[in-house]
Amino acid sequence: MANNYDVLFIGSGPGGYVGAIRAAQLGLKVAVVERQYMGGICPNWGCIPAKALLRSAEIFHYIEHAKDYGLVAEKAGVDIAGVVKRSRGISAQMSNGVAFLLKKNKVDVIWGQATLTAPGKVTVAAATEPAPKGALPVGEYTAKNIVIATGARPRALPGIEPDRRLIWTYFEALAPASVPKSLLIMGSGAIGVEFATFYKTMGSDVTIVELLPQILPVEDAEIAEHARKRFEKQGIKILTGAKVSKVVKGADNVTATVETTDGKVQTLTADRLISAVGVVGNIENLGLETLGVKTDRGCVVVDGLCRTNVPGVWAIGDVAGPPMLAHKAEHEGVIAAEAIAGKHAHAMDKLMIPGCTYCMPQIASVGLTEAKAKEAGFELKVGRFSFIGNGKAVALGEPDGLVKTIFDAKTGRLLGAHLVGAEVTELIQGFVLAMNLETTEEELINAVFPHPTVSETMHESVLSAYGRAIHM
Amino acid sequence: MSIEILMPALSPTMEKGNLAKWLKKEGDKVAPGDVIAEIETDKATMEVEAIDEGTLAKILVPEGTADVPVNQLIAVLATEGEDVKAVAAGGGAAPAKAEAPKEAPKEAPTAEAAPAEAPKVDAPKAEATAAPAASAPAVAPAASGERVFASPLARRLAKEKGVDLSAVKGSGPHGRVVAADVEAAPAGGAAKAAAPAAAKPAAAAAAPAAAPVSNSALLEQVKAYYEPGTYEEIPLDGMRRVIAQRMTEARQTVPTFYLTVDCDVDALLKLREELNKAAPEKDGKAAYKLSVNDFVIKAYALAFQQVPDANQVWGGDRYLKLKHSDIGVAVAIDGGKGLLTPIIRKAETKTLSAISNETRELATRARNKKLAPAEYQGGSSAISNLGMFGIKDFTAIINPPHATILAVGASEQRAVVKKGELAVATVMTVTISCDHRVMDGAMGAQLIGAFKAIIEKPMSMLV
Repeated sequence: MANNYDVLFIGSGPGGYVGAIRAAQLGLKVAVVERQYMGGICPNWGCIPAKALLRSAEIFHYIEHAKDYGLVAEKAGVDIAGVVKRSRGISAQMSNGVAFLLKKNKVDVIWGQATLTAPGKVTVAAATEPAPKGALPVGEYTAKNIVIATGARPRALPGIEPDRRLIWTYFEALAPASVPKSLLIMGSGAIGVEFATFYKTMGSDVTIVELLPQILPVEDAEIAEHARKRFEKQGIKILTGAKVSKVVKGADNVTATVETTDGKVQTLTADRLISAVGVVGNIENLGLETLGVKTDRGCVVVDGLCRTNVPGVWAIGDVAGPPMLAHKAEHEGVIAAEAIAGKHAHAMDKLMIPGCTYCMPQIASVGLTEAKAKEAGFELKVGRFSFIGNGKAVALGEPDGLVKTIFDAKTGRLLGAHLVGAEVTELIQGFVLAMNLETTEEELINAVFPHPTVSETMHESVLSAYGRAIHM
Repeated sequence: MSIEILMPALSPTMEKGNLAKWLKKEGDKVAPGDVIAEIETDKATMEVEAIDEGTLAKILVPEGTADVPVNQLIAVLATEGEDVKAVAAGGGAAPAKAEAPKEAPKEAPTAEAAPAEAPKVDAPKAEATAAPAASAPAVAPAASGERVFASPLARRLAKEKGVDLSAVKGSGPHGRVVAADVEAAPAGGAAKAAAPAAAKPAAAAAAPAAAPVSNSALLEQVKAYYEPGTYEEIPLDGMRRVIAQRMTEARQTVPTFYLTVDCDVDALLKLREELNKAAPEKDGKAAYKLSVNDFVIKAYALAFQQVPDANQVWGGDRYLKLKHSDIGVAVAIDGGKGLLTPIIRKAETKTLSAISNETRELATRARNKKLAPAEYQGGSSAISNLGMFGIKDFTAIINPPHATILAVGASEQRAVVKKGELAVATVMTVTISCDHRVMDGAMGAQLIGAFKAIIEKPMSMLV
């Protein structure tokens, strides 16, 4: 029967398409069901278009500071339509790339809305978006294994529901028709601060409202504080311990009532409001209830190998719980595919999943924060090194950055690494490898870091943890 | 589809072996039946034959590697039409790390080694030398000389905890020991539970009383007593390791008692001379040449048939009572550096000449390490004869699960008292070591008594 698969992924995002390709590599007959965006949110309305916009912002930022580099750049300006067009073009390219890879690996693409009707049975109904060429039509499909890879969507707060006009989510924020004069951003997680950086550079007057006392709540407090100072220096206004309790929409603006923990209430008016208060898993209309698949707080409950409580039903990526990151989804896609193929799949150590935020300055981290490490009872050795002591960083005109490393004083185990500064998202992988290979401070100290590079700050930070830093 | 060549199990109990030698090198064509490698187990060297046809794309375990676990990937074979380089690269990625060479492969393959039949072959040199010899010394080898793959953090934790890393089973990629493995391992030498001794039933009840000392710690301790440069360090080979382990185990766990008797062998020597003289000629040589030991084997085999309750071996919570007398004969090999005990099966049913020829043939193959495990495993008991070295009498250590071993001294003329008068007789002193768990003194005495009676009336061996 042609419509029977070894494994069927619902969702073609970073979890689904990567898992599908891995399953195909292992010789399984594989299909992916997608209803809207080939490749999912990441290449279409997430990571990739955001990075494209931020690259435009970064280059504009350098042009504006050309004088600092002894250059003359006059009449520089922003053509937001051009910026968005570039970003959308890159999205289309990446999305097509996913379609190509699936085809190359002989993975069938089924276009439509999938619902589990019985164990191993999926009904695919018509979707609103037109099917791409070569996709299989709606109908009944069967598969020995079904992997829920439906991702997540923006969380909506009651009374402040996004309306796509005045109250935006990342969808609207990624393709603005014009740059709002003023912008209110609810939430200071990765999405919130990246948009803050982009719009501030593009010329908006930006205010961030964060419920918790710290911006970038998952990051190390010291790193977050460092970033906050930089943001504020750029002119971004930040309110922490603050809650948007009410939003009144005007003709072409919104007025928000903001309550702070000290009891103060203020009203802020802005052209647009971006709701960036997190995402929730797409668990609805999948037939999970019919099969009795267990869910918890908007996510499917899975074990270390991405198995749900129902045999033959798996879940990966955002819909399978935090951290909701594309690289976590990809990794789970591979784990599920290998487990399904009967290979020895390794469960992921979530502590070693790095996080990257592309605001200005960039932030990257892996492992425990200093606070969490203390909470866990470790005796710590903490190293810090500032970019000001690094020749390459100063030459780049980026002397403002910090690398913080946290070691278990007893064993020399690297517990966490937290970086803020230029290009740190490209540096963090060094520490990720170190943690995965279980290096101690000794191997890191003995490793040769190339000069002149910003990566030397990583070495110095480790040296600093053991009182041996050279350039400070 | 490339073919994976795994470490073969040469016997049902084999867990690991040494990869003694590669007889084919990377890039060589192999046909079914070609001998591609030699595997050395504790007691034998066996040849590994190719089952499939192809080109040896990559050797993953270099020759000279000790203790390669059974079923570990040791090489990859590219089948016809396959890109040897691609196969080599694919196969090499992983397991090569599991057993990185202690030294660079002796035969570094070169482009010339690539056969003309496979034109796609690129020189596999780069891959073959991918594990640089220079990196090996960075890791301290275990006392046994094997490299233990462990993460730096695991090494540090092991040091602090006093865990011997070589005894920890690694759960990381290719058996790499990671921190969690060390954390899970009991402190100190207790982790040695993983050592092969535990698998033997005889050791089940055994718990070494001595404070456990890890191998590497012991080595350091011992070396501290000697001036550096005044000694040479000789790593144990597989056989020495097994002998050390099994004899220690036997000495520590088997409650042994010893019974000694003198046997008058004048009649035996006379009969031997007559029989040898009467040996028919075959191809210009005597068909047999009986030794005293051949009589000892036969007499010992017959004694077990007369005292069948002594023909038992120790099985932990039961005995195995054997029907036949399968007698092991200790053979010194490698100029005294090793020991093998090939077994004469059903020796009670065999003629002296058959025993004699079989013993000679087995001993020759034992010295060449060409015995199959089935030829030296099991058996009722064993004989250790040091008579040819002029040893008067001695005691031997039982080789579990045997319950006995017979130590045979030299036949020599001694002054004896016969019928109240001093006389000269040729006497051979034998001592039997008995496992008290299997038999008591009286039964041991019956067994050695039966042996003495047969040896002193040797004609009974001819019927």
